[in-house]
Amino acid sequence: MEQTTTKREDISSIDYQEFVINMGPQHPSTHGVLRLMLKLKGEIVEVVQPHCGYIHRGIEKMCEHITYPQTIHLTDRLDYLSAHMNNEAVCLLVENALQIEVPERVKYIRTILDELTRLASHQLWWCAFGMDMGALTTFFYGLRDREKILDIFEKTTGSRLIQSFNVPGGLMNDIHKDFQKEVKEFIKYFRKILPEYDQLLTGNVIFQQRTKDIGILTKEDAINFGVTGPSGRGSGFSCDVRKIAPYSAYPYVKFEEKLQTKGDTFSRYMVRMHEMWESMNILEQLIDNIPEGTHAVKMKPIIKLPEGEYYQRVEASRGEFGVHVISDGNKTPYRFKLRSPNFMNLSVMHHISRNHKIADLIAISGSLDLVIPDIDR
Amino acid sequence: MIKEYFKDVFSGIASLLRGMKVTLSYFVRPSTIITQKYPENRAELKMFEAFRGEVVMPHNENNEHKCTGCGICEINCPNGSIEIISKFEVGEDGKKRKVIDQHIYRLAMCTFCGLCIKTCPSNALAWGQEFEHAVFDRTKLTKVLNQEGSTVQKGVKE
Amino acid sequence: MPFNIYDFSTFTQWIHEALTSAMSPFWVVTLEILFVGLAFLLFYAVIGLFLVYAERRVCAFMQCRLGPNRVGFQGLLQTVADLIKLLFKELITIKYADKLLFNIAPFLVIIGSFLALAAIPLANGLHAVDLNIGVFYIMAVSSIGVIGILLAGWSSNSKYSLIGAMRSGAQIVSYELSVGLSIITMVVLAGTMDISEIVELQRGGWFLFKGHISAFIAFIIFLVASTAEINRGPFDLAEAESELTAGFHTEYSGIKFAFFFLAEYMNMFIVASLGATLFLGGWMPFHVPFWEGFNTVMDWIPPFVWYIAKTGFLIFIIMWFKWTFPRLRIDQLLTLEWKYLLPFNLFNVLLMALLVLLGLHF
Repeated sequence: MEQTTTKREDISSIDYQEFVINMGPQHPSTHGVLRLMLKLKGEIVEVVQPHCGYIHRGIEKMCEHITYPQTIHLTDRLDYLSAHMNNEAVCLLVENALQIEVPERVKYIRTILDELTRLASHQLWWCAFGMDMGALTTFFYGLRDREKILDIFEKTTGSRLIQSFNVPGGLMNDIHKDFQKEVKEFIKYFRKILPEYDQLLTGNVIFQQRTKDIGILTKEDAINFGVTGPSGRGSGFSCDVRKIAPYSAYPYVKFEEKLQTKGDTFSRYMVRMHEMWESMNILEQLIDNIPEGTHAVKMKPIIKLPEGEYYQRVEASRGEFGVHVISDGNKTPYRFKLRSPNFMNLSVMHHISRNHKIADLIAISGSLDLVIPDIDR
Repeated sequence: MIKEYFKDVFSGIASLLRGMKVTLSYFVRPSTIITQKYPENRAELKMFEAFRGEVVMPHNENNEHKCTGCGICEINCPNGSIEIISKFEVGEDGKKRKVIDQHIYRLAMCTFCGLCIKTCPSNALAWGQEFEHAVFDRTKLTKVLNQEGSTVQKGVKE
Repeated sequence: MPFNIYDFSTFTQWIHEALTSAMSPFWVVTLEILFVGLAFLLFYAVIGLFLVYAERRVCAFMQCRLGPNRVGFQGLLQTVADLIKLLFKELITIKYADKLLFNIAPFLVIIGSFLALAAIPLANGLHAVDLNIGVFYIMAVSSIGVIGILLAGWSSNSKYSLIGAMRSGAQIVSYELSVGLSIITMVVLAGTMDISEIVELQRGGWFLFKGHISAFIAFIIFLVASTAEINRGPFDLAEAESELTAGFHTEYSGIKFAFFFLAEYMNMFIVASLGATLFLGGWMPFHVPFWEGFNTVMDWIPPFVWYIAKTGFLIFIIMWFKWTFPRLRIDQLLTLEWKYLLPFNLFNVLLMALLVLLGLHF
């Protein structure tokens, strides 16, 4: 950080020409159709201006015209890497509004699937982050292990990425009979593999040099910008919804909220690495104790929420995901507002990557773990 | 100062070697290769039972299905992939009854949310495990689920 | 025809004599130049294509994948198919590009690697030009490539290309120094710049073992610095796929892009063969003093095989680097050169001079 600022002063005495480049909407490391307008002074980034809307599908507006069970298939497609959590937010909202108590079994299975989704999402983040930094092999190791989780998903839910498995009142169908066995096998496997991730990337001297003291986000800024999830926790902002407002089976499990204090790219990285271990801990506590029972409560064919405003938040893999519904008593919501974590996380982009180099900008955007459809909605 | 400098150099090299060890260990173990040769392994490539490949309407050996043409799946489909065309038929007792003519399913529009299957009162729909959906003409993705000349199974409540 | 796989000099001598007896000296030289040129062109294309394939297979195995395995036996013809595809692709002309420089750049890059290949002894007697300053010559011509890269970035009239080219300029100028110094270390040990003589001196034992500690440090530095010099990962800042899309060759398409691609692999081959020649004895078989039986067995393996095996080993190491490490940032790259490699290198030259003076080498 200091180094770059001194460099800047040196440059400012020389006659220079600022130039603007468009990073995106088609760029290998924006992971989608995000467009960042960069004002550069040589290699140094002066201004980062995100331009959103290249994948805007109007999901909030579309949700105003469809019934509550039907919104599930749209919330899937926001942050497709935490599809299950997004669905759960809608389902919890509907269940709370109608004051329905779902069976314990549903709560347990939902939480297990949540944590599996979080693991899969963090694995994909890890491999994509490595690839952003230029270590191309990480991509395949991450995907290889993620594939095992996706197979578990496929066996139970029928889909790999966007499962649409939650329905208001429970789950679409019961879990596969091999589910518990396979999850346990996976945990055993992944506990062996995860140290390899550290050997390959975390400990690597080049990687540490590239990430430490880069893109520092202070705790105050994290709170002001509303940066949640692992990105916020990297700055020491305790924002885990699983702790603050426990839902589903989270009250029954013991886990730690992993915090880092420094707020640089490396702390955001470490938070996610620690969260993978923690997710496995949660899974181990739950997987053997799934209670017997039905997988869903009987709901009325047409779900109508009583008049009023409702808000439900869950911890998606990238931060706090909230659903705000204003109901006028009809079968469709009057207003459907989503609080998507990635939009807030994107907003700090300019703030933390100013005066860094282009390569650092890539590392920072990788560490924020942006999913573009969630930003544009 | 100098001590730190050398410590940096050697710990750096050690960390690089640790990484190289990982990649080499995979290089010398071809058994860890996980990619498969796809078209060749078609025979043993079985999808899981729950796999959401496409919506199908199972028919029994007498070419009978369970669909009564009630239209609940059409109502529940969030994006209009399903269209039900019904016709009137005179039954054995001389009464006019509404029966299904065509159950049109547009695979190109389907998002595989599963609401049609879940809400069907007579369990007429199910998931098919077919996953090779690529076609050269998009009209081929519009399918008629009830087979030619099929009738409703007896005993299915209307 | 006196063809001997262990010594090509008799074979080349025979061709020369046969030609001289048939025609005037002018035509002899012309024909010989043509013959050598054609042979090199073929060698260049085959090695380039094979290296692209090898790289894809090596990285695939490191990444738990199979890699190309459809076209030909085990996918050996994959790169040939790719080349045919690239030949048929449209060469997109950029409206505001500097047309002349834009078209020259890929050729400059290729010429640099082509020239360097000439001075490397491929086997005993298989040597295009035996210059008495061979090492110096290779150093000189291999830096022509950077001009091509700079021109490509500049003439494309694209900001990504420009950044890539400027990075590459800074990088190659600095790392040339380290490569040069590590080569000088070995020249100090050898006492000559003539490559064939350097190889001959390693008959008793490779320089890596002869010069022990100092040669070993020089070898490591040579590997790192030459990886940087040929713009390969983890030093592929000029290309930097995730930052600059494709760096200096962003705007190139079709066969012009293939030239850059091929040149990258040929440069890798050249630095690997230079490393093999300087440190691992070129085409010299592996000898252990006083193990006569072992040495005879080693001698039985043809020199060309030795040369290819050593070069292949170094190429594998360079590939291994690329598929393991994350990319460096531009300032870290320069820090590595000026704060770590250069001091080590200067100290190492001194150490080597001392070793030679005191006769501490083997």
